[in-house]
Amino acid sequence: MSYAPTAPHDTQHDGHTPSGLLRWLTTTNHKDIGTMYLLFSLLMFFVGGAMILAVRAELFQPGLQLMQPEFFNQLIGVHALVMIFAALMPAATGFANWQIPLMIGAPDMALPRINNLGFWLLPPAALLLTLPFLLAVFGVGDGAVATGWTLYAPLSVQGGLGVDFAILALHIFGISSILGSINIIVTIFNLRAPGMTMMKLPIFCWGWLITAFMLIATIPVLAGAITMLLTDRHFGTHFFNAGGGGDPILFQHLFWFFGHPEVYILLLPLWGLMPHVLATFSRKPIYGYKAQVYAFIAIGVLSVIVWAHHIFTAGLPVPALLYFMYSTMAISVPLAVLFFCWIATMWRGAMSFETPMLFAQGFIVLFGVAGLTGLVLADVAADAQYHHSYFVVAHFHYALFAGGIMGVMTGVYYWLPKWTGHMIDERLGKLHFWLTIVSFNLAFMPQFFVGLAGMPRRIPDYALQFAEFNAISTVGAFILGFSQLLFAYNVWKCMRGGEKAAGRAWEGADGLEWELASPPPHHSWETPPAIR
Amino acid sequence: MAQTHAASHAGPAHYYVPRPSIYPFVLAGGLFLLACGFILQVNGFAPGPWLMAGGVGVVLFVLHRWFGKVIHESQSGAYREWEDKSFRYGMIWFIVSEVAFFAAFFGALFYVRNISVPDLLSMLPRHEMTLYPEFKDLLWPQSGAGPKGAAFTPMGAWGIPALNTALLLSSGATVTWAHWAMLKNDRRQLNLGLFLTIALGVVFLAFQVYEYRHAYTDLGLTLGAGVYGATFFMLTGFHGFHVTLGVIMLAVIYGRCLKGHFDADRHFAFEGVAWYWHFVDVVWLGLFIFVYWL
Repeated sequence: MSYAPTAPHDTQHDGHTPSGLLRWLTTTNHKDIGTMYLLFSLLMFFVGGAMILAVRAELFQPGLQLMQPEFFNQLIGVHALVMIFAALMPAATGFANWQIPLMIGAPDMALPRINNLGFWLLPPAALLLTLPFLLAVFGVGDGAVATGWTLYAPLSVQGGLGVDFAILALHIFGISSILGSINIIVTIFNLRAPGMTMMKLPIFCWGWLITAFMLIATIPVLAGAITMLLTDRHFGTHFFNAGGGGDPILFQHLFWFFGHPEVYILLLPLWGLMPHVLATFSRKPIYGYKAQVYAFIAIGVLSVIVWAHHIFTAGLPVPALLYFMYSTMAISVPLAVLFFCWIATMWRGAMSFETPMLFAQGFIVLFGVAGLTGLVLADVAADAQYHHSYFVVAHFHYALFAGGIMGVMTGVYYWLPKWTGHMIDERLGKLHFWLTIVSFNLAFMPQFFVGLAGMPRRIPDYALQFAEFNAISTVGAFILGFSQLLFAYNVWKCMRGGEKAAGRAWEGADGLEWELASPPPHHSWETPPAIR
Repeated sequence: MAQTHAASHAGPAHYYVPRPSIYPFVLAGGLFLLACGFILQVNGFAPGPWLMAGGVGVVLFVLHRWFGKVIHESQSGAYREWEDKSFRYGMIWFIVSEVAFFAAFFGALFYVRNISVPDLLSMLPRHEMTLYPEFKDLLWPQSGAGPKGAAFTPMGAWGIPALNTALLLSSGATVTWAHWAMLKNDRRQLNLGLFLTIALGVVFLAFQVYEYRHAYTDLGLTLGAGVYGATFFMLTGFHGFHVTLGVIMLAVIYGRCLKGHFDADRHFAFEGVAWYWHFVDVVWLGLFIFVYWL
């Protein structure tokens, strides 16, 4: 047995690289794959957004105007699944693909073909999620999953074809996430440039590292839960059926063991991104790097032991309620560390307010609202009132739109000059920011009020007393939705041309990725840089 | 390129980035076909089995080609220490994700045993609930009875399951014995150790099949036999599925060993499969203790 000395060490270098469509189907390049993740995410963002605009149109007035309750239920469930699994998660993974190798001085992701598989699993999964809508048009089945994204048994055990499609879609999304996570962990552990110790790792990479651990710990639990759901539906098991000794609440426990960490999975990559943006536009180093890293780790650990605060009203024993209340509130400690570090990074900085900085600051303020209202929901006594009301809807949209989507937009505006080699259109970007932040609050602030007044979520009709706030909310949602077209246009414009970006596209930017040209060469850091 | 042929282990390393490959895309397509076919099948639509068969065919074909390609790359020396380390990390975290998957089913088992079944029992005296009278006097295992359950006999621990425990533990020993042989370049012992491991795995699976038949035909213990049947078959079933995968992986490694692949320094594939096999072994210990014994 021998290892031929003629190692194919340079076969990956151009010459045989396929062009056209085949380039994208077969690519093993982290930049190509990152681009696909991000564009797919943008597309699905509009798909999920269109669904919820239909919902908001229905909610414009009390009574049923546009659709039947069954279809309404399908729209809200698929909206959530699309936004979480097909828009937010792929966006963060797109960032990881583009940025982690550039930031740690690696030639590519550690497992490039697995990386490509991780992306190409997404379109089939998204198709499975939305296909039942189309099938119903042709008279097959009764439409998409109508249980909400949480798929609670026994409703999901009794549901139609759409539930099966959702289960299989989630399985495929899950495989994609696990492959992506393994790849990110391996890349960060094994492909850092010489001299880059873990405590010199860019904080964005730390955020993603903890995210990847959380994904590996929790996505398989979701896979287990929906597999039990599948066998309860079709193979006669009784996991979630009290008639056989099982328990529907078991599903809720398993789901939220995944579901709560999932919130941090969506947000941690963006918490890792924030310090970079704030430091760049404050022209100061990141404040409290170590504190933030430890906060990430603390949040990662806490995230898997607090899940039952989502099911306080399901009838848990009092000791369990108390434990989950206190452990949930404990998360506010590391989260506050992050907030104070972000603010301290800006403190007395020479700040300028380019579009990414505006989004970063909007993120901090609005995500702060999400955090504070979350603290209210974590209170067992208060939650009895707020549970399953629009207060919850408003709360998690402050987390996942203002924290998630606006975080993603911060990253896109910040790194787009690096990726495309062109500066973004600042005027359009600022317009997009102000439209977004105003209309977002217009859409979601009223939902706190109707929620506090007792309007239940997931119901297409409501009492007359909620009419004004719902009308305002719908107007806000439509402005919010349509102003995102500005974002898509700005991205497209930046890809097509514009003012040339320097390697260090932002004056105060620091880090390995800014040492490269904009856009970086197709294969970067083939010789690892030395880190001081 | 600055990379010289001689500098395979030291110097400014050059990480191997594979050329573009169509396999990931086709594999995703195969999984899509499989998922669609499965959904149609369980909902009783005619084209289901055909789509499923097509999907399985595509997936198996791509896996065969993809792994074949990786083996070829490995043999032609594309992977050096740096790449090897990536594979090791990757395999470890893959196994961690598998542990989390089994944890969900163990979690379900502990939950029904400690919470939902005692809860249902406690309702009987308090509410004189007559909805499920068969729950009375049964703690665990129980069939849940009610409208859907039927009487069954739970699976004992000290027959075949104990034997299977011995079989898997010995197979863990034989694969380690083979690993020692690999480290001291004793090919005969290596091949023998691997062969024994595979044989023990196959016997384990045969016993498992026998046990399932026994459960269905003699004990009335089925997938639908209350939550005991559900947890029993899902846990042992997924474990058996993983053993099957492990045996296939071991068989591939055995074939490669017979062809003379691997040496004392480079045998990640062997080690990765051995780790996987130990993982399957440890899961079985959990099954034996919590599903069969206690």
